[in-house]
Amino acid sequence: MSNMAIFSLEKNHFALFGLAPAFQLDLTQLEHSYRDIQAQVHPDKHAHLGDVERRLAMQWSTHVNEAYQTLRQPLARARYLLQLNGVESDETSNTAMSPAFLMEQMEWREAIGDAKAAEALPELEHLDGRLRAELRERQEKLQQSLDVAHDFAQAAEQVRELKFMEKLREEIHHALEALEN
Amino acid sequence: MALLQIAEPGLSAAPHQHRLAVGIDLGTTNSLVATVRSSISVVLNDEDGRALLPSVVRYLAGGEVEVGYAAQAMQSVDPHNTVVSAKRFMGRGVRDIADVTNLPYQFVDAPGMVQLKTVAGVKSPVEVSAEILKALRARAEKSLGGELVGAVITVPAYFDDAQRQATKDAAKLAGLNVLRLLNEPTAAAVAYGLDNAAEGIYVVYDLGGGTFDVSILRLSRGVFEVLATNGDSALGGDDFDHRIYCWVLEQTGLFALNAQDTRLLLTRAREAKEELTFHPETRITTVLSNGQAVDLLLTSKLFSEITLSLVNKTLAPTKKALRDANLGIDEVKGVVMVGGATRMPQIQRAVGKFFGQEPLNNLDPDKVVALGAAIQANVLAGNRSGDEWLLLDVIPLSLGLETMGGLVEKVITRNSTIPVARAQEFTTYKDGQTAMSIHVVQGERELVSDCRSLAKFELRGIPPMAAGAARVRVTFQVDADGLLNVSAREKNSGVEASVMVKPSYGLSDGEIADMLKASQQYARDDMDARNLREQQVDAGRILEAVAAALAEDGELLNAAERDKIEKHMAALRVTLEGHAPQAIKNAAEALNRATESFAGRRMNRSVQQALAGHKLEELEG
Repeated sequence: MSNMAIFSLEKNHFALFGLAPAFQLDLTQLEHSYRDIQAQVHPDKHAHLGDVERRLAMQWSTHVNEAYQTLRQPLARARYLLQLNGVESDETSNTAMSPAFLMEQMEWREAIGDAKAAEALPELEHLDGRLRAELRERQEKLQQSLDVAHDFAQAAEQVRELKFMEKLREEIHHALEALEN
Repeated sequence: MALLQIAEPGLSAAPHQHRLAVGIDLGTTNSLVATVRSSISVVLNDEDGRALLPSVVRYLAGGEVEVGYAAQAMQSVDPHNTVVSAKRFMGRGVRDIADVTNLPYQFVDAPGMVQLKTVAGVKSPVEVSAEILKALRARAEKSLGGELVGAVITVPAYFDDAQRQATKDAAKLAGLNVLRLLNEPTAAAVAYGLDNAAEGIYVVYDLGGGTFDVSILRLSRGVFEVLATNGDSALGGDDFDHRIYCWVLEQTGLFALNAQDTRLLLTRAREAKEELTFHPETRITTVLSNGQAVDLLLTSKLFSEITLSLVNKTLAPTKKALRDANLGIDEVKGVVMVGGATRMPQIQRAVGKFFGQEPLNNLDPDKVVALGAAIQANVLAGNRSGDEWLLLDVIPLSLGLETMGGLVEKVITRNSTIPVARAQEFTTYKDGQTAMSIHVVQGERELVSDCRSLAKFELRGIPPMAAGAARVRVTFQVDADGLLNVSAREKNSGVEASVMVKPSYGLSDGEIADMLKASQQYARDDMDARNLREQQVDAGRILEAVAAALAEDGELLNAAERDKIEKHMAALRVTLEGHAPQAIKNAAEALNRATESFAGRRMNRSVQQALAGHKLEELEG
């Protein structure tokens, strides 16, 4: 009974923050709503109250953090939007990528591997910049599929590809960190 | 002093009593206690007007304990029984302690955490820390003239779960109600930010006696949001003393010193370090126990050279934190210096050069953490409910599970805002498998052996089924103290099993109760009286809160619901007239249950109102 009361607001993460469900999001408004809600529900605001309030506060605050993190990151946001529309992105099970994409991946990996082996810090930073631009471009295409064309099958494929690109980014960051140490 | 002030029904708006709460900076070298008095955060001094309490505890043969300056004065004379820097051993095993052979203690490698052999018996670092906390608690209660409602205890941001749990255990052992474990740099940011009405990206560089933290915060509209934190929980001012000590050994050709001489030279080294903050050179002179004299000149320049690698060791975590926060150096508006060790000129220079700006030193680096903790304690105790500011802190290290091949599967990544929960699903790999072992680890590395093991437990009673058919959901929950709870549940055709664990370094509540009983300070009567008082205070707090909630949001209830709650309130008031702690506790719990759905509705309403207010603001803006 109480659990229903607690999460009655949880229609979806977008509604929680008073936003329309879309990939293109007003991040400033998301941030402001997030802070306003946390200011109400955070455990610090209920620390002097009874067990019930403190437990509720922890559940609410945890939930709001989770919702915020999901909407704030483009990849997680896209994945969540797909879920809302009944489409799973299947990133772990569906690995059928187009040959062109796979070729591109191999080229990236080679370039990163070479820069790593040569301990070429500027080259890694250059690759990082190129990758960031590529990610931006892909996010724009993803936005088209999700918000304009409503082509969720295509969006799911784009999400799977984006996941690969993010992995490349992580790899570059690990290499940069290793070089700095 | 009146312990309770219970509002009569309908009179809930009466101003409530100021609750005594303190902030405690439990430091490696020194500890402090502060409180908010007439809206101003102040450090509470001892009877001789001294703010710092050296974090030194000496055990005597008769069982007496000396804490602070008295113990510090004896550390060279009685090094085996005088424990300094116990914070370095909190939640740590012998193999975690780097310079174990250089320390004058007889370590006992107990499971989970190292212990120290003293003339008064074997002591754990938790017990040593509890002695420091007890001394601070006594100081605060004497100075404030009453019993404390609770305390905020600060911990290094980079402390892992075992170290946090140990700190909380020490506070419980000292009879303190822990309102919150607060990260030291965050506490400093609160004190600094509120004092300077700061807005923007700030870095807190906190080099204490034994720990280093760097936190990056965004301060905006009264919200203190930690974006990233990093550090080294085994790097601090002590290491700079140690470099000087090693240099002295090198210069004099001394080796294999006894414990007294080691402690003596370490003390001289610390004094030299402090001298070099104000003078370009200093002399290190002393006579060892065998009559040999030491007389050396140390210049500031040479001191910088022999400690350069230590200074650089603080810059690597700083770079990592910036990268995690996705920020460049040019976006940092200010760098707040915290911790006594940041007084060293070479630290000031290095930080200034790295960030390309003069670091901020306008708050006393020794006191700022305790002052910030006191401000937070005051809010958490409920003294200032109308406060507009909010802290959003993060977890410093990733949490994960061991998977096949000794690899770590991360469940919660570092720098996640707390409180946070995440679940991961696993399955069985053998037909008919009825149990699954779950190993919880903390750290960034890929191999289990490179991370810290926090807890191991087994989920039993899984109904036999084909391999891969079971669905075991492991849930990690990190609370606002940064402490982890893990539960596992097999969910298949309605069958469920679950288990809760506490990290293995933590003491169980039973063990703490035993230790409390064992300490002679608490006679049986004291314990009973204390228990009764605690129940009375808790019940009073709940009654006050419910009365306030009814006054504020009473229309969320129908007449029958309201009547039920009021009956439970009346029942609780009746038990308060008696002296049976259990009866009070039961009645309080019944009232809690009766208000559960009311509390849920109130929370919903407050969120809706926050959003509505926000939209209005947008329109106006």
